[in-house]
Amino acid sequence: MAGNAKQFSGPGRRNMGPRPKLENPMGIFKRIMKYVLKNYLVHCIIVLVCIFVAVLASVQGTMFTKDLIDVYIKPMIGQANPDYAPLLAAMSRVAIFYSIGIVATYVNARIMVNVTQGTLRDLRNDMFTHMETLPIRYFDTHSHGDIMSIYTNDIDTLRQMISQSIPQFINSAVTIVSVFISMLVLSVPLTILEVVMLGLIMTVSRKLVSLSGKFFISQQKDLGALNGFIEEMMDGQKVIKVFCHEEESKYRFNELNEALFTSAYNANKYVNIMGPVNVQLGNLSYVVCAVVGCVISINGLFGGGLSVGSLVSFLTFTKQFNMPINQISQQFNSVIMALAGADRIFKLLDEEPEVDNGYVTLVRAKEENGELTECSERTGIWAWKHTHQATGLTDYVRLTGDIVFDDVDFGYVPEKMVLHNVKMFATPGQKIAFVGSTGAGKTTITNLINRFYDIQDGKIRYDGININKIKKADLRRSLGIVLQETHLFSTTVMENIRYGKLDATDEEVYAAARLANADGFIKHLPDGYNTVLTGDGANLSQGQRQLLAIARAAIADPPVLILDEATSSIDTRTERLVQDGMDKLMSGRTTFVIAHRLSTVRNSDCIMVLEKGYVIERGTHDQLIEEQGRYYQLYTGNAPKTATV
Amino acid sequence: MLKTLGAQVKEYKTVSIMTPIVMIIEVIMEMIIPLMMASIIDDGIEAGNITHVLIVGGLMVLAAIVGFSAGTLGGIFGAKASTGFARNLRKAMYENIQTFAFSNIDKFSTAGLVTRMTTDVTNLQNAYQMILRMCFRAPFSIIIAMFMAFSISPRLASIYLIAVVVLSIVMIIIMATTMKYFSEVFKKYDDMNNSVKENVSAIRVVKAYVREEHEQKKFTTASGNIYKMFVKAESMIAKVSPVMNATVYICILAISWVGAHMVVGSELTTGNLTSMLTYCMNILMNLMMLSMIFVMVTMSMASARRICEVLEEKAEIVNPSGPVMEVNDGSIWFDHVNFAYTKDAKEYVLNDINLRIKSGETIGIVGGTGSAKSSLVNLISRLYDVSADGDVENGPTGAVYVGGVDVRDYDLETLRNEVAVVLQKNVLFSGTILENLRWGKKDATLEECKRACALACADEFIEQMPDKYETYIEQGGTNVSGGQKQRLCIARALLKQPKILILDDSTSAVDTATDARIRKAFAEEIPNTTKLIIAQRISSVQNADRIIVMDNGRVNGFGTHEELLENNAIYRDVYESQTQGNGDFDENGGEL
Repeated sequence: MAGNAKQFSGPGRRNMGPRPKLENPMGIFKRIMKYVLKNYLVHCIIVLVCIFVAVLASVQGTMFTKDLIDVYIKPMIGQANPDYAPLLAAMSRVAIFYSIGIVATYVNARIMVNVTQGTLRDLRNDMFTHMETLPIRYFDTHSHGDIMSIYTNDIDTLRQMISQSIPQFINSAVTIVSVFISMLVLSVPLTILEVVMLGLIMTVSRKLVSLSGKFFISQQKDLGALNGFIEEMMDGQKVIKVFCHEEESKYRFNELNEALFTSAYNANKYVNIMGPVNVQLGNLSYVVCAVVGCVISINGLFGGGLSVGSLVSFLTFTKQFNMPINQISQQFNSVIMALAGADRIFKLLDEEPEVDNGYVTLVRAKEENGELTECSERTGIWAWKHTHQATGLTDYVRLTGDIVFDDVDFGYVPEKMVLHNVKMFATPGQKIAFVGSTGAGKTTITNLINRFYDIQDGKIRYDGININKIKKADLRRSLGIVLQETHLFSTTVMENIRYGKLDATDEEVYAAARLANADGFIKHLPDGYNTVLTGDGANLSQGQRQLLAIARAAIADPPVLILDEATSSIDTRTERLVQDGMDKLMSGRTTFVIAHRLSTVRNSDCIMVLEKGYVIERGTHDQLIEEQGRYYQLYTGNAPKTATV
Repeated sequence: MLKTLGAQVKEYKTVSIMTPIVMIIEVIMEMIIPLMMASIIDDGIEAGNITHVLIVGGLMVLAAIVGFSAGTLGGIFGAKASTGFARNLRKAMYENIQTFAFSNIDKFSTAGLVTRMTTDVTNLQNAYQMILRMCFRAPFSIIIAMFMAFSISPRLASIYLIAVVVLSIVMIIIMATTMKYFSEVFKKYDDMNNSVKENVSAIRVVKAYVREEHEQKKFTTASGNIYKMFVKAESMIAKVSPVMNATVYICILAISWVGAHMVVGSELTTGNLTSMLTYCMNILMNLMMLSMIFVMVTMSMASARRICEVLEEKAEIVNPSGPVMEVNDGSIWFDHVNFAYTKDAKEYVLNDINLRIKSGETIGIVGGTGSAKSSLVNLISRLYDVSADGDVENGPTGAVYVGGVDVRDYDLETLRNEVAVVLQKNVLFSGTILENLRWGKKDATLEECKRACALACADEFIEQMPDKYETYIEQGGTNVSGGQKQRLCIARALLKQPKILILDDSTSAVDTATDARIRKAFAEEIPNTTKLIIAQRISSVQNADRIIVMDNGRVNGFGTHEELLENNAIYRDVYESQTQGNGDFDENGGEL
């Protein structure tokens, strides 16, 4: 019962994309059950027992009301001093059974809360933990709205099923079996008749369930389509206004709205009809049983075994028999939806996590007599601990930030290469700038050094070690990234900066902020460093967010930096601060920068000019100007002397 | 609120009224059938009277058919009324949003509007259906049962009355507590959603800093909080069915005991006692139903409120009566214009703007973030209205004239067709490139589109795409780069063949060389169009006829590049910073 309220108001029931037909519903169901039972086996057994006890208590009550008049009241009628003792005794017995039943009902309901919510919590945690291990590719290729809806919509459908549908099924099954046995004892022919009638009810129900199920699925699809359309139009509402496109957008909206209306109407219609159909067919079977039973009983057919009293009891059971059937069929749709939701949950859980075969780790080190040794104290020196697989010998290589690209080929999909034969090297502290037009492959390079994506061919070496041999976590820890698109978290400014180094002191945070030129604006925020950011730092300007990202990278203090400079969409004043902050951050570190600023390019040790995935020119600013190639063309706007590519 | 929502029932009024009526017929059948069942047993089977069984059985079949018809019709009507109501609500909201001015749009977020039109409407649809199908049925059923119970024995029936009152009080207490917990749950839900959302969009940051475990801890806390709140809320609900059962059981026992005494004392027949016991379940089940409806309706109140916010929002800019349908030329005149985004703003965003721009001029606009560059140009096509007199403490506010006519006197569509704006935050829609371009001009030929794209330097990359102009653009234009998107947006605006073209920082992602080529094409191909170009790069505006320097909502300087270099400190500062190493390295990259 409680489920109605919950099902009703799930937060953010959005983005229900089209759900394809389920491939293996039984398999999914089994997997859900396995998941539930894994942690809650004992709970489930107790729940089963409780359901059983509650059903028995209720049956016991029914028997009492049946006997009340015949066994207890009738003998007392007409007596001068009626003896209420037997009735009192019977009632006390029933009261005890009832009490046990009530306790069982409560225990059942209460435990189910823990089972349901606990399972959902575990599922969410498992999903999240697993999601964090997935490669960047997963996030780049899946719609973020879809991923989020797994955590809300799909989990919601499961809640309905675990907390309601499954217990309902068990409850109904227990009732049906116990009633069926009682009926069989009373009269075999009538039971057969009832089963035939039941078959009829089931057939009709199944027809209705499958009809409504079909419309429920198309309702979800239509809702998804409408949802997508509204989202797109609302995002572009200002453009619609500017182009006076209101009528056209209304036209398409109406089409989708009508489609949703039709499928929602039909889905609801068949679900609504199911109730009366089941109830009235039940009534019909009651009449048929009554008439046939009467004929059998009066004419003494089938050996005259059917007494009037038995027939009366049988008819009472007929009523009890039909009720659970109706209840079960009402649950079918939520089960269908839950299985579809579970399917998507399991798909996420089954995604292949990022593989990490790296064995070279990053350790603190100290230098004694020219030898590097591992140590636990902070020395400011880090070393790669490389245990050679062939020999089992361990050696330490000092972390300096020497990066070499050796004939690197890369494509996001194998059919389409984005980078070809990229060769480059950066000695510690050098600054390498990438320039080139949009789509030349500049951003891709930032995805490779930290192994967000793995290269198809060639090698990338870090301090002489193939990065494939380095543990991903350690590799990434040694690299700092400041991307053009800044992402901040919903917490204080302080915590956002501290993200770069979780154990940083407040003083270190202030220092990093000062280095990044972020200190100034942070102090002017309402709560200074304790100002809570919301919605990805929506209350900050683009430039300010970038300053925080720089501070975050600064506090991590990595030897190698990957920077993606913003194009000039920030205003000049903040831009200068950002630029200055970036310059300070870059000093003394090996830096790969996707450059737009003249000053950055000019101060680079080497400029790589990319075109269609090839490095077509390399050298310092002056050298490249001399060459008068593509760079010269980009810089001066004059036609190159030599044709490129 | 009820009035606003009620107005959307419209053509479903009849079915909305019919639903409770047929549901009541179903209830009557539901009450009659048990009486017939009892009669079959008492007067038929027990008496061995098979004719009676057949007659009453026949009547019962009839009643079942009536009940079935009523129930089915109720189901169909209820479904039609509620889903139709939902359809009308969505439609009304969408249509109202289409009338919104920019200032209205600013009040709502995209996600908020989507939720209102989907989740909230679905909530209301369910609540409406519940009300129609159950709200009359349940009380009616209780009343009949009560009436019958009282007619049999007021003394026994009073037991029900007590039970009903007690149960109602307990239910209300439970539901009220539960609802309080549930609203907490939803807050915690938001926290968790936020955590997922941040991790999905900032996954590169998480992975780059190797913070997977840190995030897992954060998430586990959030999901643990949800668990705790949910368990609290649902533990309350878990009490509902035992309380319910206890009440039913106590009633049965009390009736049995008191009834037994009454039967023995000849105050009651045995048949009546049996009937009394049947009503017990009936009354309490329906009471239960009512409390569910109560919860559902209360919970849908929040949804209803959110929907009404959209429905009741009045468009702030509407067409004038007797509008001017023709724009003479592309001249623009800001006459002492003051502007603020909200009526209760303390300060103007634009202060006393006086500008005269001749038709066909190219005007550059520069200035820092928040200097109100976009606000200035948004007034020209009446995306916002100049503040009305006396809105803000200062004196009278002026007007914006296009082609010598106050923009507020134009037909909106006429004005916006002649003043094309390429917005700073622009979007492409899912559909082919051609379809997107035709937003500018519905019946544009391929040739026209190609010409517009050539002007915007978009033809070069379109021609390289496999399907050229038939290439499908994904929602939000995710399959084209930022610079390509901006060029397509410019081409789309050009197709309008406007008298005034406004580019609001529309080439920021286009490389400098292409940017220059676009400007050159404008100068050569559409010389008679007034062009306003907002830019951060000085190079984008320095060749303009005149340049406006905006600072803090005021015009700080207005003149040619040379004049401003000479006498405008802000302009000089920006220029110098961009040319002395802080500018883009391909700053001068220009005409090939």
